[in-house]
Amino acid sequence: MITTKATQVGGVYDVVVVGGGPAGMAAALGAKESGAQRVLIIDREKEAGGILWQCIHAGFGLHYFKEELTGPEYAQRFLARVLEHDVDVVSDTYVLDIDRNKQVKLMSGTSGVRIIAARTAVLAMGARERTRGAIRIPGTRPAGVMTAGLAQKFVNLLGYLPGRRVVLLGSGDIGLIMARRLTLEGVEVVGVFEIMPHANGLTRNVVQCLHDFDIPLHLSTTVVHIHGRDRVEKVTVAPVDSSLRPVMDKRWDVPCDTLLLSIGLIPENELSRQLNVRLDPVTGGPVVSSTMETSVDGVFACGNVVHIHDLVDFVTQ
Amino acid sequence: MLYDVLIIGGGVIGCAIARELMRFRVRAALVEKECEVGFGISKANSGIIHGGHHASPNTLKGRLEWEGNQMWDQLCAELGFGFKRIGELTVALDDAQLATLARLQEQGIAKGVPGLEMWLPQRIRNEEPNLSAAVLAALYAPTTAVINPYEACFALAESACRNGLELLTERSVTALSAADGVWTATTTRGGLQTRFVINAAGVYADRIADLAGVCSFTILPRKGEEYLLDRRLAGIVKRIIFPCPTPVSKGILVIPTYDGTIMVGPTAEAVDDREDLTTSLAGAETVFAAVQRVVPGISERDCIAEFAGVRAVTDSEDFVIGPTGKKGFINVAGIQSPGLTAAPAIARMVCDMLRDEGLPLSLKADFVVSVPKPVHFASLSTQQQIELAARDPRYGHIACRCETVTEGEVVAAIQRGARTLDGIKFRTRAGMGRCQGGFCTTRCMELLARELNVRVAAVTKRGGGSWVICERTDEGLS
Repeated sequence: MITTKATQVGGVYDVVVVGGGPAGMAAALGAKESGAQRVLIIDREKEAGGILWQCIHAGFGLHYFKEELTGPEYAQRFLARVLEHDVDVVSDTYVLDIDRNKQVKLMSGTSGVRIIAARTAVLAMGARERTRGAIRIPGTRPAGVMTAGLAQKFVNLLGYLPGRRVVLLGSGDIGLIMARRLTLEGVEVVGVFEIMPHANGLTRNVVQCLHDFDIPLHLSTTVVHIHGRDRVEKVTVAPVDSSLRPVMDKRWDVPCDTLLLSIGLIPENELSRQLNVRLDPVTGGPVVSSTMETSVDGVFACGNVVHIHDLVDFVTQ
Repeated sequence: MLYDVLIIGGGVIGCAIARELMRFRVRAALVEKECEVGFGISKANSGIIHGGHHASPNTLKGRLEWEGNQMWDQLCAELGFGFKRIGELTVALDDAQLATLARLQEQGIAKGVPGLEMWLPQRIRNEEPNLSAAVLAALYAPTTAVINPYEACFALAESACRNGLELLTERSVTALSAADGVWTATTTRGGLQTRFVINAAGVYADRIADLAGVCSFTILPRKGEEYLLDRRLAGIVKRIIFPCPTPVSKGILVIPTYDGTIMVGPTAEAVDDREDLTTSLAGAETVFAAVQRVVPGISERDCIAEFAGVRAVTDSEDFVIGPTGKKGFINVAGIQSPGLTAAPAIARMVCDMLRDEGLPLSLKADFVVSVPKPVHFASLSTQQQIELAARDPRYGHIACRCETVTEGEVVAAIQRGARTLDGIKFRTRAGMGRCQGGFCTTRCMELLARELNVRVAAVTKRGGGSWVICERTDEGLS
């Protein structure tokens, strides 16, 4: 694995990129190629590369690198390119705040809290997963309800399993990928329940992750109740009518110890809000110009911060 | 070991009693069935110190409400939990409700609650511009406060322990018997002997009283659902907004919590099951419909989390506090709203009762009145943050991004008693924000495992069977 170059952070940067995922790395490369002298990527994880590190499945890079890569391969290639272009990268560092003068407040375990100056800033924080609270599933609040992405982190980065008998709510790509991943790990994936009449993820993921593993996909069906005091014991599911309301007299119970949620992503815009960047009520991301500039001069945004993309290759663009 | 006092139940009431009792030279223990204190009713609390005027002075809860209200400033100064007198507005939407407001104001004045004012629309618009234009008048009470209820409970318990309380968690009391002035409490982890038993067992207080053979009341569980809204709504109201109360309920409130988020609720629904902590579609509809009548800018789409608690209501609707037919067994039961408000007054009252019942109480010379105030990184100035992180690098490491909680705060919480993910969440807010633990769960689990020297897979959400992950083994699943 490529290790991040040790860099002495200081002075004024032409461009500071918040977030070292594919969008941030692409923005940093773009800035370099357009002539920026000093470019810095700040990433909160131990290694820049973003969520790609936990996406150990293949299917990345078909558009951008013209070959099929795993997430970590894609991240590694990209990071190598970034470092070749003399972009500074600091990892294990979190951006607490940016003000309208592009003063960036950072914190890290090794360098403490400090403020650096930038001429322009790029918001590339990515997205977070929608949680149970966003769709208000009735029932108890036991352990064992988590987002598919958190389960992916447990399995692929930390080597743990989220449970032994799993139900998935939502057919987003992360959920579909995790249905296959958990099956390969010996976990029983009882089924995927999707409130819409069609799968939310890519067709290739429905085929390769569900059909090929005989995992049932229940369309127009949703979880209407979570049971269990300490740990999930079962969920109640029910078909929905054309206005997406559950038909409760057709409900049934599905015993399980885990409910994984793959119910969509929301642009991560904590910093955008602190900056008072104008946000689009539909996408949830900043309103940007054709050059991806936000309503604040010199502050740009890219990738899933702006709106949710299906493929990392498109984020990179 | 013969204790002088055994407190059954580590909710805010049990903890407040324990803390007050440890001022004196007594040997005392507190037994709690959950993994940490405050994990029962007390964690599903609205976090309000009521103004003092709501409950009738003809009831015990009405008297203790106002007495307790006045004791929180000093407790906060000593124990450092979040507490702020932000005031409340009780609003009227029609003429009948105007009459109720007038009656409430008179009741408050009679009880000696200061500063009550009747606000008219002009004043309301200026002070709370996001209230509905349909609000005809509002009764303002400056004495009402918001509190971080978990912090208060943990700090009371910690203070009691620093002064000699023995805290016994994950133990249920299964039998009680008395002989020769000594009570024996059989628990799931052995027997305990004590001269006095304080029954502060919340929704199970009637069962504990049954075990002692003094059944004189029944707990009728009443569930309340609360909905926590995204931080971006902070400031939509500055004060707690009460609808006009009805005979059975204070109604559904809009609460600007101490931590700067908005919470709406609670519902009030009689339930059969004391463990019924479910939230429901009907509950959400009730809450948001009620709230939107008063604050139209609040929407269900702003919800980030929901939870429910079960109130320990007795058949008399009033607190049941006092000695019983069995010498040495004292009930502190039926503590529904305004129980948190009244808690310090209840604690003082119970100590007086113990003295009256024959327990000599002499003050300890070495009583330590305060506990260290927890560091709250997010509310420090930049300069303070720089200095703190330079002194201890763990405060430079982010643990929870939504609420800006550092590794240093999480480690401190564990060192001060957190044993579970919920214990960390309630002490530091890590995991309470809009991503609901998506980012910090793995970090907090690793810190708990490291600090408590246990396997990561042994970390639980809230003790008992609330495991979070399982281990992968060579043979397959463990």
